[in-house]
Amino acid sequence: MTSPTLRIDDLRLSFRTWRGLTEVLHGVSLHIRKGERVALVGESGSGKSVTARIVLGLLQELKSSRIDGVVEFEGRDLEKLSAAERHKLRGTKMSMIFQDPTTALNPVYTIGMQFREVLGRRVKGISQRQARDVATAALADVSIRDADRILASYPFQLSGGMNQRVMIAMALANEPSLLIADEPGTALDVTVQAQTLQLMRALVERHQTAVLFISHNLGVVREFADRVYVIYKGRIVEHGTAVGLFADPRHPYTRALMEAVPHITGGGIPEIDEESAAFSAPMAVHEGCAEPGASA
Amino acid sequence: MIVLIGVSMLIFAIARVIPGDPARIALGPNATAEQVADLREKLHLNAPVVVQYGIFLRDLFHGDLGQSLYTNRAVTTDIAQFLPATLELVFVSGFMMIVLGLPLGVLSARYRGRWIDTAIRLVSLLGVSAPSFVWAVIFMLLFAFYLPIFPIAGQISDTIKLPAVTGFVMIDALIAGNLAAFFDALRHIILPAFSLALAGIGQAARLTRSSMVETYEKPFIEMARSYGFMESRIASHFALRPSLIPSLTVIGLDFAALLANAFLVEQVFAWPGLSRYGVQVILRKDLNAIVGTVLVISAMFLIVNIVVDLLIAFINPRIRLSQRPA
Ligand SMILES: Nc1ncnc2c1ncn2[C@@H]1O[C@H](COP(=O)(O)OP(=O)(O)OP(=O)(O)O)[C@@H](O)[C@H]1O
Ligand SMILES: [Mg+2]
Repeated sequence: MTSPTLRIDDLRLSFRTWRGLTEVLHGVSLHIRKGERVALVGESGSGKSVTARIVLGLLQELKSSRIDGVVEFEGRDLEKLSAAERHKLRGTKMSMIFQDPTTALNPVYTIGMQFREVLGRRVKGISQRQARDVATAALADVSIRDADRILASYPFQLSGGMNQRVMIAMALANEPSLLIADEPGTALDVTVQAQTLQLMRALVERHQTAVLFISHNLGVVREFADRVYVIYKGRIVEHGTAVGLFADPRHPYTRALMEAVPHITGGGIPEIDEESAAFSAPMAVHEGCAEPGASA
Repeated sequence: MIVLIGVSMLIFAIARVIPGDPARIALGPNATAEQVADLREKLHLNAPVVVQYGIFLRDLFHGDLGQSLYTNRAVTTDIAQFLPATLELVFVSGFMMIVLGLPLGVLSARYRGRWIDTAIRLVSLLGVSAPSFVWAVIFMLLFAFYLPIFPIAGQISDTIKLPAVTGFVMIDALIAGNLAAFFDALRHIILPAFSLALAGIGQAARLTRSSMVETYEKPFIEMARSYGFMESRIASHFALRPSLIPSLTVIGLDFAALLANAFLVEQVFAWPGLSRYGVQVILRKDLNAIVGTVLVISAMFLIVNIVVDLLIAFINPRIRLSQRPA
């Protein structure tokens, strides 16, 4: 049995503030195997993003943070790696997708330039030509055919959905073994979000990429994840397969979360009522109906 | 262009309402009334102001700013003689402002909250808190008088003779292949240029810092971090350029302000630039020279502004692309 792509054991995190030490994570454990899609679900402030940032090694660099516990990536304890080695993993072996694609891309560089930077993380000094070829292939994977135009564009010239695809393509271009998606596309239209998630899903399946999928939208999680961890105030309160957990939520918080779906997703979207009334109705049905033939 | 015409009208009118008869001042107290009347006629001073302005415009169109009553030469000749020294000072100063101010701001933002940030902020605050001529006097006392590291005044040592090709002493020295003269000129320009630049350096550093700090909060910086780029690269590549967009406009204004402040600094360091000429001609109510000097300075302001606009468009694709027809 090979070691899982990511294993987190009893992770604790505190921040030093002027009021003293505040613990934010109280012993979080989870694991993701190769090619597995694992969701981390919880309400705002429950500690999802900080977990992701610790995996990437970003919080370790913050002076005010105190981290205990084990984070193992492909069997290697991240704490035991040198800073340079940890740095090297980022952008090559693991990458991240952000909530709002339009603000996560740099506004003053073209998509092509940003692609080249990212590809340069794996192949030092990659030539412009090589970078363009790889980028074109990566964009084709997210169903972007006119790569030349996209590569020459700035993020503000593209739609949110297009930027989201670009970000997915970028995140997967270096073929990482772990992809962290922190509420991907929450800032987008629901239908566009569903569409891009489908693209992402097909890609990670093909590349056998492990995914840590962070969300508070249970409908999306149900569609996307194999396994689910429910996090509440810095503790994992329930863990199970997506199918099992949705069929039989055991922890009261999970049940509350499921009932609260309309509030969490912000409301105003018509399909949610149906969903909370009978939460077996999968979101994809609504999205598929709302948007016939739009998927590329 | 419209701005320049406006400025010329304004200064033309103002110059003509300052009390005192230019012809009388120019000719001195011993001139006869007849001589004064002759000169007034020659200068069209008896014609209505509108007609005078028309004549001025006609001459201006032919590259003629008239005669100076102070030097008895064409105003354009005078300006061509004194302007290069001022420009040299302003350019060196602006160069200092950018190559010192921007990096200090970047450093300050990158090491936010650390001692280096505190030190830079303190120095910047000091820089903007006193006008440049005060710094000029202080630096002159400290580094030219008590500690004679730098020459106390002037643009170049009197012993050095250079053929004037461009009028820019440092460039002329290089053209003549006279390195000793070049370094002599460099030593002369450091104190005045630095005192002139200090406020701008402080301002540029402060602006760059605050706009960088803001940029550091943006998601695309976190994205760059998540891709494992080095902090130094994030500062110089990912964060700097977006941050420059807001700060560059103000830096451009500061650059233009150098021209105005140069007048006082030139006085302190006996710099043979346009300011001494400007002060002299105002005192003598030398109409043509006043209008000419002001016009040239306004033109420089405009040029700086245009350059800054071009730079901003270059840095900010949003502007660059919106200006081009789709
Ligand atoms: N740099 C920091 N300093 C102090 N406290 C922090 C810091 N970063 C996060 N926290 C705290 O840690 C807790 C968890 O934050 P986190 O961003 O992980 O929440 P989240 O689950 O991602 O929520 P959301 O759904 O809103 O993104 C929050 O209470 C937050 O206030
Ligand atoms: Mg979050």
